Amino acid sequence: MTNSGTILSLTDVTKSFRGVMAVCSVSLDVRESEILGVIGPNGAGKTTLFNLISGFLSPDKGTIFFEGHSLAGLKPNRICRLGLSRTFQIVKPFGHLSVLENVAVGAFNRAACAAEAEEKAWSVLKFIGLDHKALSPAFSLTTPDRKRLELGRALACSPRLLLLDEVMAGLNPREKENVSELVRNIRASGVAVLIIEHAMRVIMGLSDRICVLNYGQCIATGDTASVCSDPKVITAYIGEGMNPGKSPC
Amino acid sequence: MADPAADAKTHLGRRLSGRTWLILGVIFAGLHAVPGIAPEMIHNLIMIMLFAIMGQGWNVLSGYAGQFSFGHSLFFGVGAYTSSLLFVKLGISPWIGLPCAMLAAAAVGLMIAYLSFRYGLSGPFFALIMLAFAEIFHISVMSWKYAGGAGGLLIPLKGTAPLLFQFTDKAPFYFLLLWLLAASLLLVWKMEGWRMGLYFQAIRENEDAAEALGIDSLGFKMRAMAISAAMTALGGVIYAQYLLFIDPDSTFATVNSVEIMLRPIIGGPGTVLGPLLGSLILTPLSEITRSAFQSYSGVYMMFYGGMLVVVVLFLPDGLMGLFRRIARYRKKDRG
Repeated sequence: MTNSGTILSLTDVTKSFRGVMAVCSVSLDVRESEILGVIGPNGAGKTTLFNLISGFLSPDKGTIFFEGHSLAGLKPNRICRLGLSRTFQIVKPFGHLSVLENVAVGAFNRAACAAEAEEKAWSVLKFIGLDHKALSPAFSLTTPDRKRLELGRALACSPRLLLLDEVMAGLNPREKENVSELVRNIRASGVAVLIIEHAMRVIMGLSDRICVLNYGQCIATGDTASVCSDPKVITAYIGEGMNPGKSPC
Repeated sequence: MADPAADAKTHLGRRLSGRTWLILGVIFAGLHAVPGIAPEMIHNLIMIMLFAIMGQGWNVLSGYAGQFSFGHSLFFGVGAYTSSLLFVKLGISPWIGLPCAMLAAAAVGLMIAYLSFRYGLSGPFFALIMLAFAEIFHISVMSWKYAGGAGGLLIPLKGTAPLLFQFTDKAPFYFLLLWLLAASLLLVWKMEGWRMGLYFQAIRENEDAAEALGIDSLGFKMRAMAISAAMTALGGVIYAQYLLFIDPDSTFATVNSVEIMLRPIIGGPGTVLGPLLGSLILTPLSEITRSAFQSYSGVYMMFYGGMLVVVVLFLPDGLMGLFRRIARYRKKDRG
Protein backbone atom coordinates (compact mmCIF):
# COMPACT_ATOMS: atom_id res chain seq x y z
CA MET A 1 0.00 0.00 0.00
CA THR A 2 2.72 2.46 0.95
CA ASN A 3 5.45 3.62 -1.36
CA SER A 4 8.91 3.65 0.04
CA GLY A 5 9.40 6.94 1.82
CA THR A 6 5.73 7.26 2.74
CA ILE A 7 4.98 6.77 6.42
CA LEU A 8 1.26 7.55 6.55
CA SER A 9 -1.14 7.15 3.71
CA LEU A 10 -4.80 8.21 3.70
CA THR A 11 -7.02 7.19 0.81
CA ASP A 12 -10.50 8.58 0.27
CA VAL A 13 -11.11 9.05 4.02
CA THR A 14 -14.63 10.24 4.79
CA LYS A 15 -16.43 10.99 8.06
CA SER A 16 -19.81 12.58 8.54
CA PHE A 17 -21.74 13.50 11.65
CA ARG A 18 -25.47 13.21 10.95
CA GLY A 19 -25.24 14.60 7.48
CA VAL A 20 -22.51 17.10 8.18
CA MET A 21 -19.51 16.11 6.11
CA ALA A 22 -16.67 16.76 8.53
CA VAL A 23 -14.04 15.08 6.39
CA CYS A 24 -14.87 14.32 2.79
CA SER A 25 -12.80 11.90 0.74
CA VAL A 26 -9.40 13.14 1.82
CA SER A 27 -6.32 11.46 0.39
CA LEU A 28 -3.00 12.42 1.84
CA ASP A 29 0.52 11.04 2.14
CA VAL A 30 3.02 11.93 4.82
CA ARG A 31 6.62 11.20 3.88
CA GLU A 32 9.38 10.03 6.17
CA SER A 33 10.77 12.80 8.39
CA GLU A 34 8.92 15.65 6.77
CA ILE A 35 6.86 18.38 8.41
CA LEU A 36 3.45 18.50 6.80
CA GLY A 37 1.27 21.43 7.84
CA VAL A 38 -2.52 21.15 7.84
CA ILE A 39 -4.32 24.47 7.62
CA GLY A 40 -7.86 25.55 6.99
CA PRO A 41 -10.58 27.85 8.31
CA ASN A 42 -12.38 27.02 11.57
CA GLY A 43 -14.55 23.96 11.20
CA ALA A 44 -12.69 22.71 8.14
CA GLY A 45 -12.27 19.26 9.69
CA LYS A 46 -8.64 19.41 10.79
CA THR A 47 -9.15 18.03 14.28
CA THR A 48 -11.61 15.43 12.98
CA LEU A 49 -8.90 14.30 10.57
CA PHE A 50 -6.52 13.89 13.53
CA ASN A 51 -9.13 11.98 15.50
CA LEU A 52 -9.59 9.63 12.54
CA ILE A 53 -5.86 8.99 12.15
CA SER A 54 -5.26 8.47 15.89
CA GLY A 55 -8.20 6.08 16.28
CA PHE A 56 -10.54 8.21 18.42
CA LEU A 57 -13.01 8.12 15.51
CA SER A 58 -13.33 5.54 12.80
CA PRO A 59 -13.85 6.65 9.20
CA ASP A 60 -17.12 5.92 7.39
CA LYS A 61 -15.14 5.21 4.26
CA GLY A 62 -11.56 5.03 3.10
CA THR A 63 -8.36 3.51 4.41
CA ILE A 64 -5.53 4.72 6.60
CA PHE A 65 -2.18 2.93 6.45
CA PHE A 66 0.69 3.62 8.82
CA GLU A 67 4.01 2.04 7.82
CA GLY A 68 2.11 -0.62 5.93
CA HIS A 69 -0.32 -1.45 8.78
CA SER A 70 -3.99 -0.72 8.27
CA LEU A 71 -5.29 1.32 11.21
CA ALA A 72 -8.89 0.23 10.62
CA GLY A 73 -10.59 -0.78 13.87
CA LEU A 74 -7.54 -0.20 16.05
CA LYS A 75 -8.01 1.53 19.39
CA PRO A 76 -5.96 4.67 20.11
CA ASN A 77 -3.62 2.83 22.49
CA ARG A 78 -2.73 0.24 19.82
CA ILE A 79 -2.06 2.99 17.28
CA CYS A 80 0.18 4.76 19.77
CA ARG A 81 2.15 1.58 20.31
CA LEU A 82 2.65 1.23 16.55
CA GLY A 83 4.58 4.51 16.70
CA LEU A 84 2.03 7.23 15.99
CA SER A 85 1.37 9.65 18.84
CA ARG A 86 -0.67 12.81 19.08
CA THR A 87 -1.27 15.87 21.21
CA PHE A 88 -4.61 17.46 21.96
CA GLN A 89 -5.69 20.97 20.99
CA ILE A 90 -7.12 21.40 24.48
CA VAL A 91 -4.21 20.21 26.60
CA LYS A 92 -4.98 17.30 28.91
CA PRO A 93 -2.24 17.12 31.54
CA PHE A 94 -2.53 14.52 34.33
CA GLY A 95 -2.88 17.31 36.89
CA HIS A 96 -2.17 15.40 40.08
CA LEU A 97 0.90 13.65 38.72
CA SER A 98 4.28 15.36 38.59
CA VAL A 99 5.61 16.64 35.28
CA LEU A 100 8.12 13.79 35.28
CA GLU A 101 5.42 11.19 35.89
CA ASN A 102 3.31 12.69 33.08
CA VAL A 103 6.13 12.12 30.65
CA ALA A 104 7.03 8.74 32.16
CA VAL A 105 3.50 7.51 31.38
CA GLY A 106 4.35 7.99 27.71
CA ALA A 107 7.82 6.52 28.12
CA PHE A 108 6.44 3.29 29.64
CA ASN A 109 5.24 2.41 26.14
CA ARG A 110 8.66 1.30 25.07
CA ALA A 111 10.43 0.92 28.40
CA ALA A 112 10.96 -2.51 29.92
CA CYS A 113 11.14 -1.25 33.51
CA ALA A 114 10.45 1.80 35.63
CA ALA A 115 14.12 2.86 35.70
CA GLU A 116 14.29 2.85 31.92
CA ALA A 117 11.04 4.82 31.65
CA GLU A 118 12.31 7.38 34.11
CA GLU A 119 15.59 7.77 32.25
CA LYS A 120 13.71 8.32 29.01
CA ALA A 121 11.40 10.81 30.72
CA TRP A 122 14.36 12.83 32.01
CA SER A 123 15.95 12.99 28.58
CA VAL A 124 12.65 14.13 27.01
CA LEU A 125 12.22 16.77 29.72
CA LYS A 126 15.71 18.09 29.02
CA PHE A 127 14.93 18.13 25.29
CA ILE A 128 11.74 20.18 25.74
CA GLY A 129 13.34 22.34 28.43
CA LEU A 130 11.07 21.41 31.32
CA ASP A 131 13.54 19.48 33.47
CA HIS A 132 13.69 22.28 36.07
CA LYS A 133 9.98 21.72 36.79
CA ALA A 134 10.13 17.92 36.69
CA LEU A 135 8.93 17.35 40.24
CA SER A 136 6.16 19.96 40.31
CA PRO A 137 2.58 18.79 39.91
CA ALA A 138 1.36 19.31 36.35
CA PHE A 139 -1.56 21.50 37.45
CA SER A 140 0.93 24.14 38.64
CA LEU A 141 2.31 24.72 35.12
CA THR A 142 1.64 27.84 33.05
CA THR A 143 -0.12 27.56 29.67
CA PRO A 144 3.06 27.58 27.55
CA ASP A 145 4.59 24.93 29.82
CA ARG A 146 1.45 22.82 29.58
CA LYS A 147 1.73 22.94 25.80
CA ARG A 148 5.34 21.82 26.11
CA LEU A 149 4.35 19.02 28.45
CA GLU A 150 1.67 17.87 26.01
CA LEU A 151 4.36 17.71 23.33
CA GLY A 152 6.86 16.03 25.62
CA ARG A 153 4.42 13.33 26.64
CA ALA A 154 3.70 12.43 23.01
CA LEU A 155 7.41 12.49 22.28
CA ALA A 156 8.18 10.13 25.16
CA CYS A 157 6.22 7.41 23.36
CA SER A 158 9.13 7.34 20.84
CA PRO A 159 6.88 7.88 17.83
CA ARG A 160 7.84 7.62 14.15
CA LEU A 161 5.07 10.10 13.33
CA LEU A 162 3.86 12.87 15.60
CA LEU A 163 0.50 14.60 15.20
CA LEU A 164 0.51 18.08 16.72
CA ASP A 165 -2.86 19.77 17.12
CA GLU A 166 -2.36 23.53 17.55
CA VAL A 167 0.53 23.28 19.98
CA MET A 168 1.21 26.98 19.50
CA ALA A 169 -2.27 28.42 20.07
CA GLY A 170 -2.24 30.95 22.89
CA LEU A 171 1.52 31.42 22.89
CA ASN A 172 3.26 34.75 22.29
CA PRO A 173 5.56 35.16 19.26
CA ARG A 174 8.72 34.36 21.18
CA GLU A 175 7.23 31.21 22.69
CA LYS A 176 5.95 30.24 19.23
CA GLU A 177 9.48 30.57 17.88
CA ASN A 178 10.74 28.33 20.72
CA VAL A 179 8.19 25.63 19.96
CA SER A 180 8.96 25.87 16.22
CA GLU A 181 12.59 25.27 17.03
CA LEU A 182 11.55 22.26 19.09
CA VAL A 183 9.51 20.86 16.20
CA ARG A 184 12.48 21.31 13.83
CA ASN A 185 14.68 19.43 16.29
CA ILE A 186 12.12 16.64 16.52
CA ARG A 187 12.13 16.31 12.76
CA ALA A 188 15.91 16.38 12.74
CA SER A 189 15.84 13.28 14.94
CA GLY A 190 14.03 11.43 12.16
CA VAL A 191 10.41 11.81 13.27
CA ALA A 192 7.79 12.88 10.74
CA VAL A 193 5.43 15.62 11.94
CA LEU A 194 1.86 16.33 10.90
CA ILE A 195 0.94 19.69 12.38
CA ILE A 196 -2.29 21.71 12.57
CA GLU A 197 -1.71 25.38 13.11
CA HIS A 198 -3.59 28.62 12.73
CA ALA A 199 -0.62 30.95 12.92
CA MET A 200 0.17 31.31 9.18
CA ARG A 201 3.56 32.90 9.51
CA VAL A 202 4.75 30.10 11.79
CA ILE A 203 3.44 27.19 9.77
CA MET A 204 4.64 28.60 6.46
CA GLY A 205 8.14 28.91 7.88
CA LEU A 206 8.04 25.48 9.47
CA SER A 207 6.41 23.12 6.99
CA ASP A 208 7.95 21.33 4.04
CA ARG A 209 4.54 20.89 2.51
CA ILE A 210 1.06 22.21 3.29
CA CYS A 211 -2.35 20.62 2.98
CA VAL A 212 -5.33 22.99 2.97
CA LEU A 213 -8.69 21.73 4.20
CA ASN A 214 -11.95 23.53 3.55
CA TYR A 215 -15.39 22.09 4.34
CA GLY A 216 -13.78 18.73 4.93
CA GLN A 217 -12.10 18.57 1.56
CA CYS A 218 -8.45 18.80 0.79
CA ILE A 219 -8.42 21.68 -1.67
CA ALA A 220 -4.68 21.96 -2.15
CA THR A 221 -1.51 20.08 -1.29
CA GLY A 222 1.99 21.11 -2.14
CA ASP A 223 4.93 23.23 -1.13
CA THR A 224 4.21 26.48 0.69
CA ALA A 225 4.70 28.79 -2.29
CA SER A 226 2.37 26.94 -4.63
CA VAL A 227 -0.32 26.60 -1.95
CA CYS A 228 -0.20 30.30 -1.17
CA SER A 229 -0.77 31.30 -4.76
CA ASP A 230 -3.51 28.73 -5.37
CA PRO A 231 -6.70 30.64 -6.24
CA LYS A 232 -8.86 28.07 -4.40
CA VAL A 233 -6.93 28.65 -1.20
CA ILE A 234 -7.21 32.42 -1.54
CA THR A 235 -10.95 32.11 -2.09
CA ALA A 236 -11.34 29.86 0.97
CA TYR A 237 -9.50 32.26 3.21
CA ILE A 238 -10.47 35.68 1.90
CA GLY A 239 -13.68 34.99 0.04
CA GLU A 240 -14.79 35.33 -3.56
CA GLY A 241 -14.65 38.60 -5.44
CA MET A 242 -11.78 39.92 -3.43
CA ASN A 243 -8.53 40.97 -4.93
CA PRO A 244 -7.24 37.66 -6.33
CA GLY A 245 -3.66 38.83 -6.06
CA LYS A 246 -3.81 38.94 -2.27
CA SER A 247 -2.46 35.83 -0.66
CA PRO A 248 -3.37 34.76 2.89
CA CYS A 249 0.24 34.33 3.82
CA MET B 1 19.89 22.29 44.00
CA ALA B 2 21.98 19.66 42.25
CA ASP B 3 20.71 17.90 39.18
CA PRO B 4 17.62 16.12 40.52
CA ALA B 5 18.13 13.27 38.08
CA ALA B 6 21.37 12.34 39.76
CA ASP B 7 20.60 12.72 43.45
CA ALA B 8 18.21 9.82 43.96
CA LYS B 9 17.39 6.60 42.24
CA THR B 10 13.75 7.16 41.41
CA HIS B 11 11.30 10.03 41.30
CA LEU B 12 8.25 8.12 40.17
CA GLY B 13 5.71 7.88 42.94
CA ARG B 14 6.51 9.24 46.37
CA ARG B 15 9.71 8.61 48.29
CA LEU B 16 10.27 8.48 52.01
CA SER B 17 13.41 9.59 53.79
CA GLY B 18 15.38 7.24 56.03
CA ARG B 19 14.08 9.06 59.09
CA THR B 20 10.47 8.57 58.06
CA TRP B 21 11.12 4.86 57.58
CA LEU B 22 12.59 4.69 61.06
CA ILE B 23 9.60 6.45 62.63
CA LEU B 24 7.18 4.18 60.77
CA GLY B 25 9.16 1.12 61.87
CA VAL B 26 9.03 2.22 65.50
CA ILE B 27 5.28 2.87 65.33
CA PHE B 28 4.72 -0.53 63.72
CA ALA B 29 6.81 -2.30 66.35
CA GLY B 30 5.15 -0.32 69.15
CA LEU B 31 1.68 -1.32 67.99
CA HIS B 32 2.58 -4.95 68.75
CA ALA B 33 2.54 -4.07 72.44
CA VAL B 34 -1.07 -2.82 72.48
CA PRO B 35 -2.76 -6.16 73.37
CA GLY B 36 -0.48 -6.40 76.43
CA ILE B 37 -1.01 -2.81 77.57
CA ALA B 38 -4.57 -1.89 76.63
CA PRO B 39 -6.62 -5.01 75.84
CA GLU B 40 -9.88 -3.01 76.00
CA MET B 41 -8.80 -1.12 72.87
CA ILE B 42 -8.26 -4.22 70.76
CA HIS B 43 -11.78 -4.53 69.41
CA ASN B 44 -11.83 -0.93 68.20
CA LEU B 45 -8.40 -1.24 66.66
CA ILE B 46 -9.43 -4.42 64.87
CA MET B 47 -12.45 -2.67 63.37
CA ILE B 48 -10.29 0.34 62.41
CA MET B 49 -7.76 -1.86 60.62
CA LEU B 50 -10.38 -4.06 58.99
CA PHE B 51 -12.12 -1.08 57.44
CA ALA B 52 -8.79 0.54 56.56
CA ILE B 53 -7.85 -2.54 54.50
CA MET B 54 -11.22 -2.68 52.77
CA GLY B 55 -11.12 1.08 52.27
CA GLN B 56 -7.72 0.61 50.63
CA GLY B 57 -9.38 -1.90 48.30
CA TRP B 58 -11.98 0.68 47.32
CA ASN B 59 -9.20 3.25 47.02
CA VAL B 60 -7.35 1.27 44.34
CA LEU B 61 -10.34 1.23 42.00
CA SER B 62 -12.04 4.49 42.88
CA GLY B 63 -9.29 6.65 44.34
CA TYR B 64 -6.42 5.68 42.04
CA ALA B 65 -8.09 4.49 38.86
CA GLY B 66 -10.96 6.98 39.26
CA GLN B 67 -13.81 4.51 38.75
CA PHE B 68 -16.22 5.42 41.53
CA SER B 69 -17.85 2.36 43.04
CA PHE B 70 -20.99 2.50 45.14
CA GLY B 71 -21.20 -1.24 45.72
CA HIS B 72 -18.10 -2.58 47.39
CA SER B 73 -20.25 -4.45 49.91
CA LEU B 74 -20.57 -6.89 47.00
CA PHE B 75 -16.93 -7.97 47.38
CA PHE B 76 -17.15 -7.87 51.15
CA GLY B 77 -20.10 -10.27 50.95
CA VAL B 78 -18.59 -12.51 48.28
CA GLY B 79 -15.45 -12.81 50.41
CA ALA B 80 -17.29 -13.55 53.65
CA TYR B 81 -19.68 -16.04 52.05
CA THR B 82 -17.09 -17.89 49.95
CA SER B 83 -14.80 -18.77 52.84
CA SER B 84 -17.68 -19.42 55.25
CA LEU B 85 -19.53 -21.72 52.85
CA LEU B 86 -16.35 -23.63 52.10
CA PHE B 87 -15.78 -24.06 55.83
CA VAL B 88 -19.34 -24.80 56.99
CA LYS B 89 -20.41 -27.01 54.09
CA LEU B 90 -17.18 -28.68 53.01
CA GLY B 91 -15.01 -28.33 56.08
CA ILE B 92 -12.26 -26.53 54.16
CA SER B 93 -10.07 -24.38 56.39
CA PRO B 94 -10.65 -20.64 55.99
CA TRP B 95 -6.91 -20.31 55.41
CA ILE B 96 -7.54 -22.05 52.08
CA GLY B 97 -10.89 -20.29 51.80
CA LEU B 98 -9.12 -16.95 52.00
CA PRO B 99 -7.34 -17.09 48.60
CA CYS B 100 -10.44 -18.77 47.14
CA ALA B 101 -12.59 -15.88 48.38
CA MET B 102 -10.17 -13.32 46.95
CA LEU B 103 -10.19 -15.10 43.59
CA ALA B 104 -13.98 -15.39 43.61
CA ALA B 105 -14.38 -11.68 44.32
CA ALA B 106 -11.83 -10.81 41.63
CA ALA B 107 -13.74 -12.99 39.16
CA VAL B 108 -17.05 -11.30 39.98
CA GLY B 109 -15.31 -7.93 39.75
CA LEU B 110 -13.75 -8.74 36.38
CA MET B 111 -17.12 -9.76 35.00
CA ILE B 112 -18.74 -6.49 36.08
CA ALA B 113 -15.71 -4.50 34.91
CA TYR B 114 -15.78 -6.08 31.47
CA LEU B 115 -19.52 -5.53 31.11
CA SER B 116 -19.32 -1.86 32.11
CA PHE B 117 -15.94 -0.64 30.90
CA ARG B 118 -16.27 -2.27 27.49
CA TYR B 119 -18.87 0.40 26.73
CA GLY B 120 -16.97 3.16 28.46
CA LEU B 121 -19.38 3.31 31.39
CA SER B 122 -18.03 5.70 33.99
CA GLY B 123 -18.93 8.22 36.68
CA PRO B 124 -22.42 7.94 38.16
CA PHE B 125 -23.42 5.20 35.68
CA PHE B 126 -20.66 2.89 36.83
CA ALA B 127 -21.42 3.73 40.47
CA LEU B 128 -25.03 2.70 39.92
CA ILE B 129 -24.06 -0.53 38.13
CA MET B 130 -22.00 -1.47 41.17
CA LEU B 131 -24.92 -0.64 43.47
CA ALA B 132 -27.21 -2.73 41.30
CA PHE B 133 -24.91 -5.76 41.34
CA ALA B 134 -24.49 -5.53 45.10
CA GLU B 135 -28.27 -5.51 45.49
CA ILE B 136 -28.70 -8.40 43.05
CA PHE B 137 -26.31 -10.47 45.17
CA HIS B 138 -27.96 -9.25 48.37
CA ILE B 139 -31.42 -10.38 47.28
CA SER B 140 -30.18 -13.60 45.66
CA VAL B 141 -28.34 -14.71 48.79
CA MET B 142 -31.41 -13.80 50.88
CA SER B 143 -33.37 -16.46 49.06
CA TRP B 144 -30.54 -18.96 48.70
CA LYS B 145 -31.59 -21.69 51.15
CA TYR B 146 -28.31 -23.61 50.92
CA ALA B 147 -26.41 -20.57 52.22
CA GLY B 148 -28.84 -20.02 55.04
CA GLY B 149 -31.06 -17.52 53.28
CA ALA B 150 -32.00 -14.43 55.24
CA GLY B 151 -31.11 -16.23 58.47
CA GLY B 152 -27.46 -16.20 57.59
CA LEU B 153 -24.65 -18.59 58.40
CA LEU B 154 -23.39 -19.47 61.83
CA ILE B 155 -19.75 -20.50 61.74
CA PRO B 156 -19.30 -23.24 64.35
CA LEU B 157 -16.76 -22.31 66.99
CA LYS B 158 -14.08 -24.96 67.37
CA GLY B 159 -12.22 -23.25 70.20
CA THR B 160 -8.74 -21.96 69.62
CA ALA B 161 -7.82 -23.69 66.37
CA PRO B 162 -5.17 -21.76 64.48
CA LEU B 163 -5.32 -24.19 61.55
CA LEU B 164 -9.03 -23.41 61.18
CA PHE B 165 -8.51 -19.64 61.47
CA GLN B 166 -10.32 -19.62 64.81
CA PHE B 167 -9.17 -17.94 67.98
CA THR B 168 -11.13 -17.44 71.18
CA ASP B 169 -8.79 -14.56 71.92
CA LYS B 170 -8.89 -11.29 69.99
CA ALA B 171 -5.14 -10.71 69.97
CA PRO B 172 -4.32 -13.05 67.03
CA PHE B 173 -6.81 -11.16 64.86
CA TYR B 174 -5.17 -7.95 65.94
CA PHE B 175 -1.68 -9.11 64.94
CA LEU B 176 -2.91 -10.60 61.66
CA LEU B 177 -4.67 -7.38 60.71
CA LEU B 178 -1.69 -5.27 61.75
CA TRP B 179 0.56 -7.18 59.36
CA LEU B 180 -1.99 -7.25 56.57
CA LEU B 181 -2.58 -3.52 56.95
CA ALA B 182 1.15 -2.83 56.80
CA ALA B 183 1.44 -5.05 53.73
CA SER B 184 -1.49 -3.34 51.99
CA LEU B 185 -0.06 0.11 52.72
CA LEU B 186 3.34 -0.94 51.43
CA LEU B 187 1.85 -2.49 48.31
CA VAL B 188 -0.21 0.56 47.37
CA TRP B 189 2.65 2.90 48.19
CA LYS B 190 4.99 0.90 45.92
CA MET B 191 2.30 0.73 43.25
CA GLU B 192 2.28 4.53 42.91
CA GLY B 193 5.65 4.35 41.21
CA TRP B 194 4.99 1.28 39.08
CA ARG B 195 3.80 1.34 35.52
CA MET B 196 0.42 0.03 36.70
CA GLY B 197 -0.03 2.65 39.41
CA LEU B 198 0.90 5.50 37.09
CA TYR B 199 -1.43 4.13 34.43
CA PHE B 200 -4.30 3.93 36.95
CA GLN B 201 -3.78 7.57 37.87
CA ALA B 202 -3.41 8.64 34.24
CA ILE B 203 -6.76 6.98 33.46
CA ARG B 204 -8.34 8.82 36.41
CA GLU B 205 -6.92 12.18 35.36
CA ASN B 206 -7.83 11.94 31.69
CA GLU B 207 -8.81 8.77 29.92
CA ASP B 208 -8.50 10.14 26.37
CA ALA B 209 -4.99 11.38 26.99
CA ALA B 210 -4.14 8.04 28.62
CA GLU B 211 -5.38 6.13 25.55
CA ALA B 212 -3.44 8.46 23.26
CA LEU B 213 -0.28 7.62 25.22
CA GLY B 214 -0.69 3.92 24.59
CA ILE B 215 -2.55 2.87 27.73
CA ASP B 216 -5.04 0.05 27.23
CA SER B 217 -7.62 1.71 29.49
CA LEU B 218 -10.04 -1.24 29.47
CA GLY B 219 -7.31 -3.68 30.50
CA PHE B 220 -5.95 -1.49 33.27
CA LYS B 221 -9.38 -0.64 34.68
CA MET B 222 -10.05 -4.38 34.84
CA ARG B 223 -6.78 -4.90 36.70
CA ALA B 224 -7.72 -2.17 39.17
CA MET B 225 -11.06 -3.88 39.70
CA ALA B 226 -9.48 -7.29 40.33
CA ILE B 227 -7.02 -5.94 42.91
CA SER B 228 -9.71 -3.84 44.56
CA ALA B 229 -12.19 -6.72 44.77
CA ALA B 230 -9.59 -9.13 46.18
CA MET B 231 -8.51 -6.68 48.89
CA THR B 232 -12.08 -6.02 49.95
CA ALA B 233 -12.86 -9.75 50.00
CA LEU B 234 -9.86 -10.27 52.30
CA GLY B 235 -11.60 -8.00 54.79
CA GLY B 236 -14.81 -9.97 54.36
CA VAL B 237 -13.14 -13.29 55.21
CA ILE B 238 -11.55 -11.92 58.38
CA TYR B 239 -14.80 -10.25 59.38
CA ALA B 240 -16.62 -13.59 59.10
CA GLN B 241 -13.98 -15.44 61.13
CA TYR B 242 -13.91 -12.69 63.74
CA LEU B 243 -17.66 -12.45 64.34
CA LEU B 244 -18.45 -16.10 63.41
CA PHE B 245 -21.81 -15.07 62.02
CA ILE B 246 -22.78 -13.54 58.69
CA ASP B 247 -26.11 -12.80 57.08
CA PRO B 248 -26.99 -10.98 53.84
CA ASP B 249 -27.90 -7.76 55.65
CA SER B 250 -24.62 -7.48 57.52
CA THR B 251 -22.52 -8.18 54.43
CA PHE B 252 -24.14 -7.28 51.10
CA ALA B 253 -26.26 -4.35 52.32
CA THR B 254 -25.63 -0.89 50.89
CA VAL B 255 -24.79 0.36 54.38
CA ASN B 256 -21.54 -1.57 54.11
CA SER B 257 -20.69 0.00 50.76
CA VAL B 258 -21.07 3.38 52.43
CA GLU B 259 -18.97 2.28 55.41
CA ILE B 260 -16.19 1.05 53.10
CA MET B 261 -16.06 4.05 50.80
CA LEU B 262 -16.60 6.80 53.35
CA ARG B 263 -13.25 6.17 55.02
CA PRO B 264 -11.01 6.78 52.01
CA ILE B 265 -13.24 9.66 50.89
CA ILE B 266 -12.80 11.43 54.22
CA GLY B 267 -9.14 10.48 54.61
CA GLY B 268 -8.21 11.33 51.02
CA PRO B 269 -9.06 9.27 47.94
CA GLY B 270 -6.09 8.33 45.78
CA THR B 271 -3.61 8.60 48.65
CA VAL B 272 -1.84 5.74 50.42
CA LEU B 273 -2.73 6.87 53.94
CA GLY B 274 -6.24 8.16 53.18
CA PRO B 275 -8.17 4.98 54.03
CA LEU B 276 -6.30 4.43 57.30
CA LEU B 277 -6.66 8.07 58.34
CA GLY B 278 -10.37 8.04 57.52
CA SER B 279 -10.82 4.80 59.43
CA LEU B 280 -8.95 6.15 62.46
CA ILE B 281 -11.44 9.01 62.66
CA LEU B 282 -14.65 7.44 61.46
CA THR B 283 -14.62 4.03 63.16
CA PRO B 284 -14.43 5.36 66.75
CA LEU B 285 -16.90 8.14 65.85
CA SER B 286 -19.44 5.64 64.60
CA GLU B 287 -19.00 3.51 67.75
CA ILE B 288 -19.45 6.57 69.97
CA THR B 289 -22.51 7.91 68.15
CA ARG B 290 -24.02 4.44 68.09
CA SER B 291 -23.69 4.00 71.84
CA ALA B 292 -24.68 7.59 72.59
CA PHE B 293 -27.89 7.39 70.54
CA GLN B 294 -28.70 3.74 71.22
CA SER B 295 -32.42 4.32 71.42
CA TYR B 296 -32.48 6.12 68.07
CA SER B 297 -31.19 3.59 65.59
CA GLY B 298 -29.84 5.15 62.42
CA VAL B 299 -28.72 8.42 63.95
CA TYR B 300 -25.12 7.53 63.15
CA MET B 301 -26.05 7.32 59.46
CA MET B 302 -27.38 10.89 59.61
CA PHE B 303 -24.13 11.80 61.24
CA TYR B 304 -22.20 10.18 58.37
CA GLY B 305 -24.33 12.07 55.88
CA GLY B 306 -23.59 15.39 57.52
CA MET B 307 -19.90 14.61 57.65
CA LEU B 308 -19.85 13.62 53.97
CA VAL B 309 -21.50 16.93 52.99
CA VAL B 310 -18.89 18.88 54.91
CA VAL B 311 -15.97 16.92 53.45
CA VAL B 312 -17.25 17.09 49.86
CA LEU B 313 -17.87 20.84 50.16
CA PHE B 314 -14.70 21.90 51.92
CA LEU B 315 -12.19 19.07 51.52
CA PRO B 316 -12.68 17.51 48.08
CA ASP B 317 -9.29 15.78 48.41
CA GLY B 318 -9.99 14.60 51.96
CA LEU B 319 -7.81 15.20 54.98
CA MET B 320 -4.66 14.18 53.11
CA GLY B 321 -5.43 16.89 50.55
CA LEU B 322 -5.70 19.39 53.39
CA PHE B 323 -2.36 18.28 54.85
CA ARG B 324 -0.70 18.55 51.46
CA ARG B 325 -2.06 22.05 50.93
CA ILE B 326 -0.73 23.12 54.33
CA ALA B 327 2.66 21.56 53.53
CA ARG B 328 2.79 23.45 50.22
CA TYR B 329 1.98 26.80 51.87
CA ARG B 330 4.63 26.25 54.52
CA LYS B 331 7.17 25.35 51.86
CA LYS B 332 6.26 28.50 49.93
CA ASP B 333 6.66 30.64 53.04
CA ARG B 334 10.12 29.24 53.65
CA GLY B 335 11.19 29.43 50.00
